[in-house]
Amino acid sequence: MSDLLLTLLLTLDATLRVSSPLILAAMAGLFSERAGVVDIGLEGKMLAAAFAAASVAAVFGSPWLGLAAAIVASCCLALLHGFATITHRGDQIVSGVAINILAAGLTIILGLAWFHQGGLTPALNNESRFLSITLPYAEQLAFIPVLGPIYKELISGHNILVYVAFAVVPLVWWVVFRTRFGLRLRAVGENPKAVDTAGLSVIKLRYQALIVGGILCGIAGAYIGTAYNAQFTRDMTAGQGFIALAALIFGKWRPLTVMLACLLFGFLDALAVRLQGVQIEGFGVIPVQLIEAAPYILTVVLLAGFIGRAIPPKAVGTAYVKER
Amino acid sequence: MTMKKFAIELTDIDKRFGAVHANNKVCLQVTEGNIHGIIGENGAGKSTLMSILYGFYQADAGQIDVLGNTYIFTDSHHAIAAGIGMVHQHFMLVENFTVLENVILGTEGGALLAHGLAAARKELTRLGEEYGLKVDLDATIDTLSVGLQQRVEILKALYKGAKILILDEPTGVLTPQETAELFRIFSTLKQQGVTIMLITHKLREIMSITDQVSVMRAGQMVAHRNTCDTDREELAELMVGRKVLLSVDKGAANVRAPLMRVSRLTVVDSQGVERLKDVSFELRAGEVLGVAGVSGNGQTELLEALAGIIPITQGHIEVLGMEMDDKHPLTPDILRGLGLAHVPEDRHRMGLITDFSASESALLGYHTDANINSGVWLSKAKVDANCQQLMQAFDVRPADPQLKSANFSGGNQQKLILAREMERNPEVLLIGQPTRGVDIGAIEFIHQRIIAMRDAGKAVLLVSVELEEIMSVSDRIIVLCDGAISGRINAEDADERTLGMMMANALDPIDPLQAMNDAKSSSNRTAQELDL
Repeated sequence: MSDLLLTLLLTLDATLRVSSPLILAAMAGLFSERAGVVDIGLEGKMLAAAFAAASVAAVFGSPWLGLAAAIVASCCLALLHGFATITHRGDQIVSGVAINILAAGLTIILGLAWFHQGGLTPALNNESRFLSITLPYAEQLAFIPVLGPIYKELISGHNILVYVAFAVVPLVWWVVFRTRFGLRLRAVGENPKAVDTAGLSVIKLRYQALIVGGILCGIAGAYIGTAYNAQFTRDMTAGQGFIALAALIFGKWRPLTVMLACLLFGFLDALAVRLQGVQIEGFGVIPVQLIEAAPYILTVVLLAGFIGRAIPPKAVGTAYVKER
Repeated sequence: MTMKKFAIELTDIDKRFGAVHANNKVCLQVTEGNIHGIIGENGAGKSTLMSILYGFYQADAGQIDVLGNTYIFTDSHHAIAAGIGMVHQHFMLVENFTVLENVILGTEGGALLAHGLAAARKELTRLGEEYGLKVDLDATIDTLSVGLQQRVEILKALYKGAKILILDEPTGVLTPQETAELFRIFSTLKQQGVTIMLITHKLREIMSITDQVSVMRAGQMVAHRNTCDTDREELAELMVGRKVLLSVDKGAANVRAPLMRVSRLTVVDSQGVERLKDVSFELRAGEVLGVAGVSGNGQTELLEALAGIIPITQGHIEVLGMEMDDKHPLTPDILRGLGLAHVPEDRHRMGLITDFSASESALLGYHTDANINSGVWLSKAKVDANCQQLMQAFDVRPADPQLKSANFSGGNQQKLILAREMERNPEVLLIGQPTRGVDIGAIEFIHQRIIAMRDAGKAVLLVSVELEEIMSVSDRIIVLCDGAISGRINAEDADERTLGMMMANALDPIDPLQAMNDAKSSSNRTAQELDL
């Protein structure tokens, strides 16, 4: 019985780890898309951030410097996206795809040039990584039935960025729905003209949203490069930016439901790892490929219509042009 | 001797957009506490002038004085601070926000919303009572009627401290009753000392509500009048620069056999919403049948169903000897071949392709005609000649077949589409909003052409939200409300009030004759009141 509980807890524990970057990236996307800018470049920003974090942490030996570098790198790409789509009214999808391609290529080239390790960054020692934190009394309270193991295995023992990711969600909710900035952000994504005629700058608001998104994406990238892993490897974000985007749509651009969507995708991922090689009676071993594909299949199925109509912010995808 | 106090004083405002001289040394004085009308054709520079006054654009030269102080507005924020509020033609509201959220956007009163929302609620309740502008503050905008949304816009401006209210074509989307209500609000605002600037092309409204009126033509201010010293004919002449016939000159209709018979037509759209409900009518040769109604009550679907563009769900249509119903649809192409032409309501969405040259737009739907097409190839010479001929027949300016469709003015685009559909001598003409966004001079021309079609023994179905147009051009009128026919009346018996009641489906169904008589007598009364 307690074995089953432990298995479940370990799976959920893994879920939290896998979901964290998804949540951070999805929240980044939420800011951007709520402001009316499609953010298909989440993937590229995370990848660049992961590279920056791993490189700087490797050279200077500090995960915090790595995190700062990740945020700077991600924000630079966010500003590039803004320059192309807000200032010059370019197509937001094209710009986003370009950022993804740019990040994929640039990280490898810079990695080769700087570290000569085939595009990898040097492996990080423990001092240069975000390590797991054991919360107070985790060991002492472990004897309490059910709650003890939950506290010890599930809640305690994550690195700081996991806690940040989950703390960000209510914060985002509060900012978007309870502050002046949030009201303007939502308005600019729905009807930028209304914002303009109210005497507010559409351009400034959209840049602000992209910067916030850049910061969150930077944290997500640092998590991938210096917390979940210990070095940068080529294309290590492996589509998580797109999954985050899917979760954003699945969660209908609302922070709490988006987080739940991220957790669902994370859970499927964790389950896939756990189910590998497991024998099921009358069926045999489930093929690894099928399990690994499960989250993506589910994404397609869910997005294809099981969630009802997802109504995006009305002005998303369109540059704002002042009309005569 | 008392000094006249001006709410707004514009001196020598000049603005160019490239080669276009949108405002040419424009001067304007608006007396405080007055309702001041500004009229002019499309492109006369009214909107540019108002955008400059509201800080949306900056003038190249000139001076703006508001309530005695000189300002330079670099964005709307400054204009709002100076006490100017603007209600745009297309409302600047965030549809999924509540009324309260919309009102405070831009003046939230602090980084956190809670305090600002509470303060705004108090202030709006007060404003609502003071000016008679009641709205449910917690309703989201998309649940409100157009009239109420406009009210929110006015509240928004007042909340931001507007002492001068600019309204751009405020009645375009309102029913006559809503318009009357709006004018009542104007009177209250005026009593409270608010200055109102009304931009419109409806001369009737100018005459009934304003104190002064200024006329713009081709970027210049051409006249200022006290409303009581002028009349519609003079204003129309000032706007266009020549004499204009305001009433449609037509003789009695010579009605013959029906060419189209619509029986129990029902249309359900892809969302499952019933757009047309059990609509039946006949359209006869030699008459113009007007379809009135507030926009969005099934007119679009009626036109598209009759033209074969959208499938019908129930009922059937007999047209020019053919029948169509849900099982046996006829394509627009077949209908066109039978002699049915369709001038769509929205010329940009369906009437023409704005990126195409005029000659290309002029052959849409007729590109397989033998005189243009030789099986595979379009003959460019013939395509151009076709366009040239249409442009001549309908006086489209500039008469350049190579010019991009988007670069013609609204009136000329409309004339090109009308030419395309009418010059092939159809038996039945369906025509939607023929004069929307079209200048007064072009309106006169278009109305004459429609009457000429009728007199040539063709059947015309005219859909329009302009009641004046419906009443002056049609012989019979049907009214659509919520997809069903809510009234039928002969044009000579119709007046704005009766039609307005039918549009709101508020006529007593038991004794329509009595109700009509009542409506008539009381409408005379309203007219008298307005004339004061």
